[in-house]
Amino acid sequence: MNGGTIEAPTIEYALLAPMLIVFGAAVIGVLVEAFAPRYLRKSIHVPLTLLALVGAFLLTILQAVRDGVPTTPAAMGAVAVDGPALFIWGIILILAFVSTLLINDDEQFVAQAAAVPGSSDEEDAVRHGYEQTEVYPLLLFSVGGMLLFPAANDLLVMFVALEVLSLPLYLLCGLARRRRLLSQEASVKYFLLGSFSSAFFLYGTALVYGYAGSIDLRAISASLGTVAGQDTLLFIGMAMIGVGLLFKIGAAPFQAWKPDVYQGAPTAVTALMASTVLVAAFGAVLRVFWVALGNLDWHWRPVMWGVAILTMVVGAILAITQTEIKRMLAYSSIAHAGFLLTGVIATGAATQNREALSAILFYLAAYGFTTVGAFAVVTMVRDAGGEAGHLSRWAGLGKRAPVLAGIFAFFLLAFAGIPLTSGFFGKYAVFSAAVAGDALPLVVVGVVTSAIAAFFYVRVIVLMFFSEPAADGPTVAVPTIGTSAVVALAAAATVVLGVFPEPVLNLADQAASALFIR
Amino acid sequence: MPWLSILMAVPAVGAVGVALLPKGSDKLAKQVALLVSLVVLALTIAMAVQFSPNGNRFQFEEKYAWIPSFGVHYGVAVDGIALVLIALSAVLVPIVVLASWHDADGVIQARDLKSEAIPPRRSAKTYFALLLVLEAMMIGVFAATDVFLFYVFFEAMLIPMYFMIGSYGGVQRSYAAVKFLLYSLFGGLLMLVAVIALYVIAEKNTFMYPELVGVIQDPTTQKWLFAGFFIAFAVKAPLWPFHTWLPDAAAQAPAGAAVLLVGVLDKVGTYGMLRFCLELFPDASKFFTPLVIALSVIGIIYGAVVAIGQTDMKRLIAYTSISHFGFIAMGVFAMTQNAQAGATLYMVNHGFSTGALFLIAGFLIYRRGSAQIADYGGVQKIAPLLAGSFLIAGLSGLSLPGLSSFVSEFMVLNGTYERYAIPAIIGALGVILAAIYILWMYKRTMNGPTAEPVKGFTDLDGREKWVVAPLIAVIIALGFFPKPVLDVINPAVDKTLDSAQVLDKRPAPTVAEKKGAGQ
Repeated sequence: MNGGTIEAPTIEYALLAPMLIVFGAAVIGVLVEAFAPRYLRKSIHVPLTLLALVGAFLLTILQAVRDGVPTTPAAMGAVAVDGPALFIWGIILILAFVSTLLINDDEQFVAQAAAVPGSSDEEDAVRHGYEQTEVYPLLLFSVGGMLLFPAANDLLVMFVALEVLSLPLYLLCGLARRRRLLSQEASVKYFLLGSFSSAFFLYGTALVYGYAGSIDLRAISASLGTVAGQDTLLFIGMAMIGVGLLFKIGAAPFQAWKPDVYQGAPTAVTALMASTVLVAAFGAVLRVFWVALGNLDWHWRPVMWGVAILTMVVGAILAITQTEIKRMLAYSSIAHAGFLLTGVIATGAATQNREALSAILFYLAAYGFTTVGAFAVVTMVRDAGGEAGHLSRWAGLGKRAPVLAGIFAFFLLAFAGIPLTSGFFGKYAVFSAAVAGDALPLVVVGVVTSAIAAFFYVRVIVLMFFSEPAADGPTVAVPTIGTSAVVALAAAATVVLGVFPEPVLNLADQAASALFIR
Repeated sequence: MPWLSILMAVPAVGAVGVALLPKGSDKLAKQVALLVSLVVLALTIAMAVQFSPNGNRFQFEEKYAWIPSFGVHYGVAVDGIALVLIALSAVLVPIVVLASWHDADGVIQARDLKSEAIPPRRSAKTYFALLLVLEAMMIGVFAATDVFLFYVFFEAMLIPMYFMIGSYGGVQRSYAAVKFLLYSLFGGLLMLVAVIALYVIAEKNTFMYPELVGVIQDPTTQKWLFAGFFIAFAVKAPLWPFHTWLPDAAAQAPAGAAVLLVGVLDKVGTYGMLRFCLELFPDASKFFTPLVIALSVIGIIYGAVVAIGQTDMKRLIAYTSISHFGFIAMGVFAMTQNAQAGATLYMVNHGFSTGALFLIAGFLIYRRGSAQIADYGGVQKIAPLLAGSFLIAGLSGLSLPGLSSFVSEFMVLNGTYERYAIPAIIGALGVILAAIYILWMYKRTMNGPTAEPVKGFTDLDGREKWVVAPLIAVIIALGFFPKPVLDVINPAVDKTLDSAQVLDKRPAPTVAEKKGAGQ
């Protein structure tokens, strides 16, 4: 305004490299879509996507081991690459890699998204063997957004990340090859509700800016208690930001989208959403509520208590009535979000925060792997018209495919938190942090809902093992190398984290040691 | 030598080996399972002879850090109480393997048109693998000296039992299996809260139970934590009114699994009360003693009365066990040397006598295809050995002097009387009721005119004799000469009472002492 020179911003490219690689590969993917011939596209996309994710993962590790975790935010205070962020990046990248292997399977995505379901256009597209290979760049954009989301150090960057991660997912949800109407409905629902919640987030950001005069998380934290007479702005803003974030993790009462979307989306995409999005969103929730609003915990904690209890109860109880395997897993995911929220609430002194944070990080890692594995199994149990979604179709699976059913049962036991599975230690870590954080009643609710939740996990095991197979039961598809690798990896992670959790616990503890950059 | 780890590792490795056998090698699987369980038994005996009852309280100690972040150790050791319970498991498993030889084979058609067909089962191989997994966990749960490790075994052992009931049980197996699992899981989760709270409040940064004894001082805290542990154990044991899952589970489980369920798994509940409730929360234990004793007495009478009315043999035996668990819990909480030693001995004796009852009932059911008492009659004339061994097992169940249960029941009643006369007197009524349910069942099945389908019965064959003989031998031996076992139990009970801060362990001179003084 005064004719002053505009300084070029300093960007720590090295620190941000994992994200830049993913975004770069996504852009290349778009170019591939534009210029490469149709028959070549998939064979370019797959290695490109996998390599980008591996590269980003290696760079993340390099960041962590090189010379300690940075203590100041990067990119002019916009992005915080701290211990928790690096840990979350690591999980997201591995889980995204694994999900890509699932997505890579043939015949799950629509031949041509623009063709009306059941029309002759669609038949043409199928006959020509078209495939929507845009899936891969969309996936990479979404993963890029997920990396940025938990690392964002100001609310506007966080909003941008939220949109970058969500928009490709809305599209991906609508691309199922079978039951296309269901898939498109899921996509529209997710889009409408998702954009609504994004609007909440943005409005909340504006109100908080009005209060604090800054969108920087640290600056917001510093401004708390210094501005007189504007508390209403702050509280409404905080509530609205909370709504936007809680929507993303599927906490009650903002959970309604989850079952519909999980059911309608192609299962490989569901696997991606159920694992990575939850991880990223929890990173963001923690950053906003601990860093920016940490000193306001007196005000948000009672509300969070309510949300956590409601989420656990709604997830566990509604799951009982489900008859569709993916919907059941969706409600289970809601219940798990509730368990994780008990950790978010367990704040206190620095050591207490550290314990709670490392517990949440461990839980996210354990839950993410098991979830991807469970959905990978779902993709393999097929009827004539696609996956056998209805639970009654799973009856007697233990006889037809004992190994597969055994692994699935194992995943379910991990969800239920039976000892010697990863789920047990996850739950144990979070609950013990919550007890130490004076949230014992919450833990009691958590335990009771765990027992309720165990009922519907066990019900599926009963179906698979103790019921007679239906005469025309589903077939178990011979898995591709990718899918079997995913199942094997998930099962191995569930066992190893359940028997020798110490290395990962240590890693989570180190990542949490310095807490978030403030 | 890391005895306890080896004891756990052998069946665990054996289970993996059995599970990996190729399809269709069921016979080999049974042989391997029998061999492995006999090796475990031999190792247990080798360990037990090295145990010195008056040495350190805990022997064969092993302790390694397992999850340092949570202060969890792989800590195992045994005192006299744990040792006899491990020995009980090690003796029962080979017997159960032998007894279950045909129980898991393919389809067993009901030989009676009245009863529904039992749905077909899964491969026998898996059954024996699960059995061995269970054995490893049973040894682990009694050996664990780390509260967290105990909890892990306590919960994890539900899973093999769940599959044994659910995949190999009777007509309503799936219902029974789910009920069993959910009840136990719910109790276990309450215990988990208490375990976490114990760790947080103790601030010792360890779960090793010897280091946690006496740490929790605040009475209110003690009461809450006690409640968390106790409810889990009361569901497991099961005490009245937490018992409703047991008759279903035991009646639907195959006979072998029922033996391990009632004979060993349920003992984890009473063992837990003795080891963890009493020692970790002594004040709360004393506070809740009247309540627990009341529940026990109700359980003794209720279990016995309901048992009299049963028409299904396995359900009847299950209800008798509820009655007997009342005795055990009463003995534990009477907090006298006599009663607790008696209760511990009762855990062992009950395992053998109820085990024998279940297994012989299983042989009957295998011959007839029905568990209904009314479907039998006059077996004695057709199969005298079968009937005779059933009678001995039954008489042990009703505590006939000279058979093992008598010693322990007498000690419990005697020891309880020293402190709580009225409950002991009411409890003694259970002994009379026991005579009714056992003898009446025997009369209806074994005496009287021979029922038509019973005429084709064969007597015990060689394998079945090998199952019954050791059990009967143990029942009679412990009935006449319980001293070796009591010598192991007594010092451990003494130390338990010390930790539980009980000052007057022998409130009044006991009958035994008076007699001893007179000699």
